[in-house]
Amino acid sequence: MANENLKDIHFDILKEIGNIGAGNAATALAQLLNKKIDMNVPKVNILPINEIPKVFGNIEDLVVAVYMQLSGRISGNILFVLGEQDALKLLNMLVGQDIDSLSKLDEMQKSAMVEIGNIITGSYISALSDFIRIPMIPSVPAISIDMLGAVLSTPLTEMYYKGDTALLIETKFMDYKDHFKGHFILIPDPKSIEVMFTALGVNYNGGG
Amino acid sequence: MADLKIAFSPQILTTLGLGSCVGVVLYDPFIKLGGMAHIMLPSSKQIKNNSNKAKFADTAIDMLVEKMLDAGAVKTRLISKIAGGAQMFSFKGNNEIMKIGERNVRAVKEHLARHSIKLVAEDVEGKYGRTIEFFTETGVLKIRTIGHGYKEL
Repeated sequence: MANENLKDIHFDILKEIGNIGAGNAATALAQLLNKKIDMNVPKVNILPINEIPKVFGNIEDLVVAVYMQLSGRISGNILFVLGEQDALKLLNMLVGQDIDSLSKLDEMQKSAMVEIGNIITGSYISALSDFIRIPMIPSVPAISIDMLGAVLSTPLTEMYYKGDTALLIETKFMDYKDHFKGHFILIPDPKSIEVMFTALGVNYNGGG
Repeated sequence: MADLKIAFSPQILTTLGLGSCVGVVLYDPFIKLGGMAHIMLPSSKQIKNNSNKAKFADTAIDMLVEKMLDAGAVKTRLISKIAGGAQMFSFKGNNEIMKIGERNVRAVKEHLARHSIKLVAEDVEGKYGRTIEFFTETGVLKIRTIGHGYKEL
């Protein structure tokens, strides 16, 4: 099985899958922050793994990443990545403080960030698994605050075990009023993409 | 990411944002030739898609040594400096992939030893990212971090 076999119809279905998950996640985030949260139409791309960091920004940018792995019949990686200013805005909204630098976060503030990632992922995954009727099991989230390239090295290495390219279902969440945005990316393993299509009754390897 | 290059003095070799990856520098001080590889994984033997030889410790070090010798370096003069191999995330429990940095460092050292190349300096592991620059003119490796200081090896 290879990502290269995917056709337009498959991309459309994956976008819809992203939409269902992200819609639910945006609602959860809006409730948590008591604010209107918008999202863009999900993008679905197949990229060489070493080009993934560019989706998020420059290699040396300071970012916060919350990382989770999916296991079970649908396996893969989930990343929620925010630039420094975005992360500070989000965190300050949530904890009602005025933190001005990511390098000063204490353990409480870090766990607040993890919890945001947890809520977004949990609601995204639960909508998705209802839709495809396969339970999906996310790991406990882990956080890293550092240079983008360094932070992504571990998830990217994990992906290299499965191939040279990866399929990304990418959604941006934003709050126009406070100009905050965050990237949420689901990267299903190649074999799991096939499982998803089969569950949805979509012909995968045929002529379609 | 996962590439490999060599350069003569006064060029500077750079790798940005190393996390669990390891930056390996080889240097022939006599002709001022430097080489740098960005290693992501300990071994090409554990992976099916192993066509990009520059990303594995075993094959990348072989390739880098070969390139250096082709460009006129002498093996017995080669020295090495390494940086990176951090653990960027801590998951609860014992997750093998999270220790990839440590495993990369171990594999790099093993393959340098296999080539009998002397490791003269290292700044490895820890929990933070590094940007490295190697100055072929002086043989100095500069290491920048966010919030974890600056070092010269």
